[in-house]
Amino acid sequence: MSEPLLSVRDLKVSFPTHTGRVNVVDGLGFDLGRERLGIVGESGSGKSMTGRAILRLIRPPGRVTAERLRFDGTDLLTLPESKMRPIRGARISMVMQDPRYSLNPVMTIGRQIAEALRMHENLGRAATRARVRDMLEAVQINDPDRVSQMYAHEVSGGMGQRIMIAMMLVPRPQILIADEPTSALDVSVQAQVLDLIDDLVRDHGMGLILISHDLNLVARYCDRIMVMNAGRVVERCDAADLAQATHPYTRGLLAAVPRMHETRETLPVLDRSQWEGT
Amino acid sequence: MTAISLQNLDVSYDGNRVVKGATFDVAEGESFALVGESGSGKSTVLKAIAGLAPEWAGTIEVLGKPRSHRPDRALARQCQMVFQDPYGSLHPRKTVDSVLSEALKIHGLGNRDERVEQVLTDVGLDRRFRFRYPHQLSGGQRQRVAIARALMLEPKVMLLDEPTSALDVSVQAEILNLLKRLRAEHNLTYLMVSHDLPVVGFMCDRMAVMTKGEIVEIAPGTALHDGAFTHPYARALYAASGG
Amino acid sequence: MRDWLMSESPESRVQAGAGRAWRALLMLLRNPLAVIGGLIVLLLIVTAVAAPLIAPESGVGQDLPNRLLPPSWDHWMGTDELGRDIFSRVVYGARITLLIVGLVAVISAPLGLIVGAVAGYFGGWTDKILMGFTDIFLSMPKLILALAFVAALGPGIENAIIAIAITAWPAYARIARAETLTFRNAEFVAATRLLGASHGRIILLHVLPLCTSSMIIRVTLDMAGIILTAAGLGFLGLGAQPPLPEWGAMISRGRVFILDQWWVATMPGLAIILVSLGFCFLGDGLRDVLDPKSAGKS
Repeated sequence: MSEPLLSVRDLKVSFPTHTGRVNVVDGLGFDLGRERLGIVGESGSGKSMTGRAILRLIRPPGRVTAERLRFDGTDLLTLPESKMRPIRGARISMVMQDPRYSLNPVMTIGRQIAEALRMHENLGRAATRARVRDMLEAVQINDPDRVSQMYAHEVSGGMGQRIMIAMMLVPRPQILIADEPTSALDVSVQAQVLDLIDDLVRDHGMGLILISHDLNLVARYCDRIMVMNAGRVVERCDAADLAQATHPYTRGLLAAVPRMHETRETLPVLDRSQWEGT
Repeated sequence: MTAISLQNLDVSYDGNRVVKGATFDVAEGESFALVGESGSGKSTVLKAIAGLAPEWAGTIEVLGKPRSHRPDRALARQCQMVFQDPYGSLHPRKTVDSVLSEALKIHGLGNRDERVEQVLTDVGLDRRFRFRYPHQLSGGQRQRVAIARALMLEPKVMLLDEPTSALDVSVQAEILNLLKRLRAEHNLTYLMVSHDLPVVGFMCDRMAVMTKGEIVEIAPGTALHDGAFTHPYARALYAASGG
Repeated sequence: MRDWLMSESPESRVQAGAGRAWRALLMLLRNPLAVIGGLIVLLLIVTAVAAPLIAPESGVGQDLPNRLLPPSWDHWMGTDELGRDIFSRVVYGARITLLIVGLVAVISAPLGLIVGAVAGYFGGWTDKILMGFTDIFLSMPKLILALAFVAALGPGIENAIIAIAITAWPAYARIARAETLTFRNAEFVAATRLLGASHGRIILLHVLPLCTSSMIIRVTLDMAGIILTAAGLGFLGLGAQPPLPEWGAMISRGRVFILDQWWVATMPGLAIILVSLGFCFLGDGLRDVLDPKSAGKS
């Protein structure tokens, strides 16, 4: 078997507190090929920190250690920051939760996407413009020339998130990390954005890490799932087998979500004593 | 008797009408939901009833009494609200105790210690939380405090503005169970705003679907089981939510 | 006792408040500059309170044969042109300095706080009128404005205090307004209104307590400026009148001898620098401890 695109072993992220350093990610490991991996957990589970640690976006006093953090044959852990920059964005991209905070408010959308491209590739003016146009079309924006001239505050949340995705995908990265890409969006737009990410990832043969609190959503859009709790992976399974999850935490999470055909009088509540301290 | 009755309610912000002609009745003891996506005006309806959106026209009646445009102290005893963000709805420098006793002080009610302890028990918070500050509480605990504050004046009607959408699913389940139990115990009427149809299905008897400031359909909670919506927007929303 | 203060689940209102104050104090003690600043301010207060015990002489009587003596064992800071012990005068001067900063803070901080909070909370026309008024004061140089007031009211320490207080409040009003704007639409304010609280009650009990920490920081940092303004007025002969040992006035008197008898002007000058620095350090330390943006995170 060939080496996976991304290989992580014993990843730890720690932050200092007044009672000493606390590991918010504690001994995480996984391999990612050209596939879709979902990381699920509640707030404080360390799922977002995992995504950031891979891109080395954890600032001091946070500290990242790992036995291995290799991307396409390069050791990300020891790479100097100057070599990390061409990887970040160009070869591994990240889509964040809220497009309103991720887009520059005083630059037109077209220019921002062009900037993202120019940073990583040296193309002529016309070629750059063509790529931006293609990308905006790829994220199903009907009138790319008009939208290019708009500013972030003039677009809706769903369109903003599609623009973010366009910006992240325009340098044609090999891995896309999507951290709660749709939790700020309405349900009807959520599906559009996720379908779009899904199509693009399949078409370009990319690896996807989808980070979310929503088990069912991750199950729908990923091949494999890791469930995290308190910095550790408590369950790994294929998305199709989620219903047969064995860990009490995963089962508890699944049961706690109200269903559309709800008939239960009360929702089952997690009994944290079952796994904590083990 | 109707707990809440709205007739042709228009609400504006700076001259922009964001709610147009909202009309519905909520019976006493009923749990009614306003569902819709962001910008549909569903939260604005709650704000108008609570008196937090002053630019409105039409009639708002709470427990048979029409609401005026001015702040209404008598209404406070009958109608309270729980907000979405458990981090923003508690004063950062006040202990749980002082947040809860504030209502009693405003209305000059006595027996404060006893009432505060009682309401803490009601919302399932141990008494050792009583003198903590919000930053010493988790999101779920904060939301319990916010619910306790709303219960302090023993209202009949509760307005719930996305009370669990900022919480983790496991915590959401706890809070939803709590709200359901409180409604049964205190015979409360709920008017809840939510974008999450399954949550509405768990909590509510009836719902009004809103889009672009208008109520397009009022349907029973069972519509979520069989998808018996008639308006195209309501059907689309139902489908997008995985129905 | 320590456990009682640090308890995560206090038993009473008093314990909760004490615990919070104790934690703030611990954080303050961890900041070396703040400790130095605090010690200097404490020294100022002790000196002012115990001035008769510390000062070897009364600092007002004349002793002409011993005039303009350089610093020595008998006169640590030398004597001035009337033969008065400068050390004693500096010690008694601490009382005046403390009086000035104390009164200015007591007058201008609450005034600024209320004006700013009311303007920020109500917004609209209230805001425009109150802030327009504030801006008029803010646009004039502090010392000149104080000068004009003292000239109008007549020289003297009380008038100097009033003049400085009048020039100091607009800055506080601006801060209080800015703070208030950040949470006037917060849900906890809306929730309190729904409980039936009046606007006055919300401003006094809910809005003002959130402005006070940034106000305390700002007032502490401003103390240095207030001392300097007071000294400036004293130097110009418009503040404390002789023979009151006000530091600025002392420098002013020493100016005549600055080339031959340097200590006459320098010693009170050092006192001004020391106390101003002390307040600055303390203010910086308090900012780290009290700032609400850093508080909730720990």
